[in-house]
Amino acid sequence: MQKVYPDANAATDGVQDGMTFLFGGFGLCGIPENSIAALQRRGVKNLTCVSNNAGVDGFGLGLLMLQGQIRKMISSYVGENELFERLYLSGALELEFCPQGTLAERLRAGGAGIPAFYTPTGVGTLVAEGKEVRDFDGRKYVLEQAILGDFAFVKAWKGDKFGNLVFRKTARNFNPLAAMAGHITVAEVEELVEIGDLDPDQVHLSGAFIQRIFKGKDYEKRIEKLTVSPD
Amino acid sequence: MTILTRDQIAKRIAQEVQDGSVVNLGIGIPTLVANYIPKHFFVIFQSENGLLGMGPFPKKADVDPDLINAGKETITAVAGASYFDSAQSFAMIRGGHVDLTVLGAMEVDPAGNIANWMVPGKLVKGMGGAMDLVAGAKHVIVAMQHQDKSGASKIVKRCTLPLTGQNCIDRVVTDMAVLDVTPEGFVLKEYAPGLSVEDVIKASEAPIKVDPDVRAMRL
Repeated sequence: MQKVYPDANAATDGVQDGMTFLFGGFGLCGIPENSIAALQRRGVKNLTCVSNNAGVDGFGLGLLMLQGQIRKMISSYVGENELFERLYLSGALELEFCPQGTLAERLRAGGAGIPAFYTPTGVGTLVAEGKEVRDFDGRKYVLEQAILGDFAFVKAWKGDKFGNLVFRKTARNFNPLAAMAGHITVAEVEELVEIGDLDPDQVHLSGAFIQRIFKGKDYEKRIEKLTVSPD
Repeated sequence: MTILTRDQIAKRIAQEVQDGSVVNLGIGIPTLVANYIPKHFFVIFQSENGLLGMGPFPKKADVDPDLINAGKETITAVAGASYFDSAQSFAMIRGGHVDLTVLGAMEVDPAGNIANWMVPGKLVKGMGGAMDLVAGAKHVIVAMQHQDKSGASKIVKRCTLPLTGQNCIDRVVTDMAVLDVTPEGFVLKEYAPGLSVEDVIKASEAPIKVDPDVRAMRL
């Protein structure tokens, strides 16, 4: 077993044009900065990217957008990215809006071997168009399909060499779910520790879901909206 | 004719919040509701990106990029808080474990429909967690201005913008009125101090029934 890779370049080996990539992160919080930078350097294009948000202009997934690498996004909210809005309205970028909870569950289901599920979210809206709607106990639910990715790119706080992961605060968000649904899941961590160094009771996601892991570097952890209380 | 400020709308909505409840507040006026919860209440705020127990904004020295709210603002966590992933967060929401959500709207109608996420051809930001929140929270209260900037009523006969949810809102609190959504449509419960029942009806596109016990809001 060798899951540990030296860096993001090595860990993104095998990515190809036209693939579907899943990303952890909410806004710029908990995004796999190193992997995104490596994907930008590799220049893979015609990508379908599944991510709750689309980064901001010039950071996060905004970097891949800037280079025209993304063909389609599946997201719940893209309001912080002007380039995205422009590309979408001009027809250069395809977009599938998916409610945030449905997106999380579609990824979880993908990783859990569940091909589809019924949810009350979106019944009677554009989201339910063309999808099966079924009545359970007098309430309507829409059938949503699981999502799987060729690669998933996630970021954790700590990880061991087997890929057991510990997340930090709200940087957890979509990371465990994207990780579960990747055919090859690449985890980058701030701290890479030896097997046995993590308390099994404190592991948030088992290493069974992780194929590759590396210690990331130079984290910017950019803040989208700095808000403070007066001192 | 005086209408309520954003803070006064929030203050009125805070009267709906019960001690011990789990509450999710949307962006804008709803966020202000937290400022008016009685001090002796234990109310815990959910942020759908993965936190139950959201606190105030941090002091400058305590800012943590790993700790943000659903509006991507830096925040703090209170004692008793918990972090979780997005699937568990929405299990909490969809599964009926959130007592109340307060959110803004562009249009609401007498069938309890709400539109707040998209203006076709213009605004393409996305629904975020709003569709899950209106479908799953036990109580849904809309906080908004009664009319838009051009003076058009946002209390419409039938929503024309793409819906966020169908037959899901319980109550609407605006700068002019408190309206309940009932099987018979909107029922006026309260009007802003200084306004009359007729002022509210005139400012609404949808038909408004008047509760026999209608009164001025107490703020």
